[in-house]
Amino acid sequence: MSGLEELYKEIIIDHYRSPRNKGELPPPATRTEGFNPLCGDEIVIYIDVDSNGVLSDIKIGGQGCSISQSSASMMSAAVKGKTVAEAQEIIGGFKAMMSVHGDALGDPASEATAEPEVDLGDLEALKGVVKFPVRIKCATLSWNTLTQAIDEATA
Amino acid sequence: MKGSIMTSSPTFDIAKIRKDFPILSQIQDGKRLVYLDSGASSQRPTSVLDAMDHLYTHSYANVHRGVYQVAERATNAYEDARSKVAKFIGAPSANEIIFTKNATEAINLVAHSWGRANLQSGDAVVLTIMEHHANIVPWQMLAAEIGFEIRWVAIDEDGMLDTSNLDVLLDGAKMFAFTAMSNVLGTLTDTKALCAAAQKAGAVTLIDACQSVPHMPTDVVDMGADFIVFSGHKMLGPSGIGVLWGRAELLDAMPPFLGGGGMILNVTKDGFTPDGVPGKFEAGTPPIAEAVGLGAAVDYLNELGMEAVREHEVSLTAYALRTLTETVGETLTIYGPSEPAARGGVLSLELADVHAHDISQVLDEHAVCVRPGHHCAKPLMRHLGVNATARASLYIYNDTDDIDALAEALVQARDFFSI
Ligand SMILES: Cc1ncc(COP(=O)(O)O)c(C=O)c1O
Repeated sequence: MSGLEELYKEIIIDHYRSPRNKGELPPPATRTEGFNPLCGDEIVIYIDVDSNGVLSDIKIGGQGCSISQSSASMMSAAVKGKTVAEAQEIIGGFKAMMSVHGDALGDPASEATAEPEVDLGDLEALKGVVKFPVRIKCATLSWNTLTQAIDEATA
Repeated sequence: MKGSIMTSSPTFDIAKIRKDFPILSQIQDGKRLVYLDSGASSQRPTSVLDAMDHLYTHSYANVHRGVYQVAERATNAYEDARSKVAKFIGAPSANEIIFTKNATEAINLVAHSWGRANLQSGDAVVLTIMEHHANIVPWQMLAAEIGFEIRWVAIDEDGMLDTSNLDVLLDGAKMFAFTAMSNVLGTLTDTKALCAAAQKAGAVTLIDACQSVPHMPTDVVDMGADFIVFSGHKMLGPSGIGVLWGRAELLDAMPPFLGGGGMILNVTKDGFTPDGVPGKFEAGTPPIAEAVGLGAAVDYLNELGMEAVREHEVSLTAYALRTLTETVGETLTIYGPSEPAARGGVLSLELADVHAHDISQVLDEHAVCVRPGHHCAKPLMRHLGVNATARASLYIYNDTDDIDALAEALVQARDFFSI
């Protein structure tokens, strides 16, 4: 089961079992929904961006598999308290890690080459997902939704 | 149709059947491929591949156009397939069989053509909560345009259709569109009784028979249906071909769906005269080889006998319900009717709080192919209160070894996620 263990790192299961920043934020927080139409996973992201451009709070709702839920949980921990610019750098770094030759749904046989320039900490555990191309969408769902939320909050 | 539980039928030689499906003999990571996703799309036997190959090699040309011999053979092969399909479902006439791209297109055809001509603002269309999106969204699109009401028939705790208030729901309804078998729960509906109730209320019926036609005998006249739809790729045929059957009077009265070549009698600068059925609904070059492949699939199923197919699946479903529950234990939920005779071989599984995607990933390590997700039935999933299930679906080439492999892989998944 080596392939599986590479995918399901302990920290992923930990975040899945005990998700960080789970819940909702009241208005005027920005609320954005994301869907994975293939599997029905749903995610709701609430963010507060203060007047200094700091992502002061983030909460995550919705349902999904261990990969999408742990990714969302780790993401929330990584961006909370960061400036929007810093958060965007992390988002960029994560998406680079998830892309195969710059194409997130590229040839499954090819290995990931893009090394993230940002230190992603715990998020590095999700690197194994690249070997399972169908699951990349699970891992990136919350990140795409966060990008959208930031766009809405800063519009 | 028998509800008795048998482990094998004398007329059903699965080892022999499996030899007809080359794809099933492949080894994945040293393991026998266990294909349990026929509900999404079946595999096809060599006879279907050969029939298509033979057409392309010897008798391919466009249909209904050429006068040369090859073209005539192609046209005959295409029309033969129509006759085979008609006979397979007990249609009174081959002209009532319309070839489409798939079942989805067939439902859209009815919604656009029959729906636009017959539905008005204030009317009602009745669906069931078990419908596939293919039998929901076309009606919603039309409702948004015309402004009719959509009513929903519910299900009970065992996953059976709750018909207690059907008369109320059908009162004043113009269309009742329902599934013959749920692609999530496996639930069979009483198509004959539902058609009778609709007829009494003056509603036209459309049966989504995608999951039933491949798996049991079908007689559209006995059912009392007005329209039925199904897809070739779920019944050993190729993808790219679906079927709409409709009663001749209804089809005759309906306006065309897509416009173009092949569907006209005459065209002038001022307008066009549509052809009769089925041509009226088959604009453009149809899926010719696909129809021939579907004809060969029908031959293959007839050879097995649809009664025998159904018997095999009831007994294998009974074996699966028993084995999975015993082997995996309490943590496993199997949705749908508990009585094998009330259902088809579709098993939607939930393993405690392990998400269907994660289960399916572990199962893939064991070369067990199941489908995670909402199975294009989100209203039903919401009703059940689940986001996704892992669905195992059975067909003629599955045997008890496949079920044992599934059970074993589920145990591995359970242990891997330590629940
Ligand atoms: C019950 C049911 N209806 C409709 C469909 C749609 O079939 P197709 O995608 O071939 O049009 C399916 C298959 O997914 C189904 O299971």
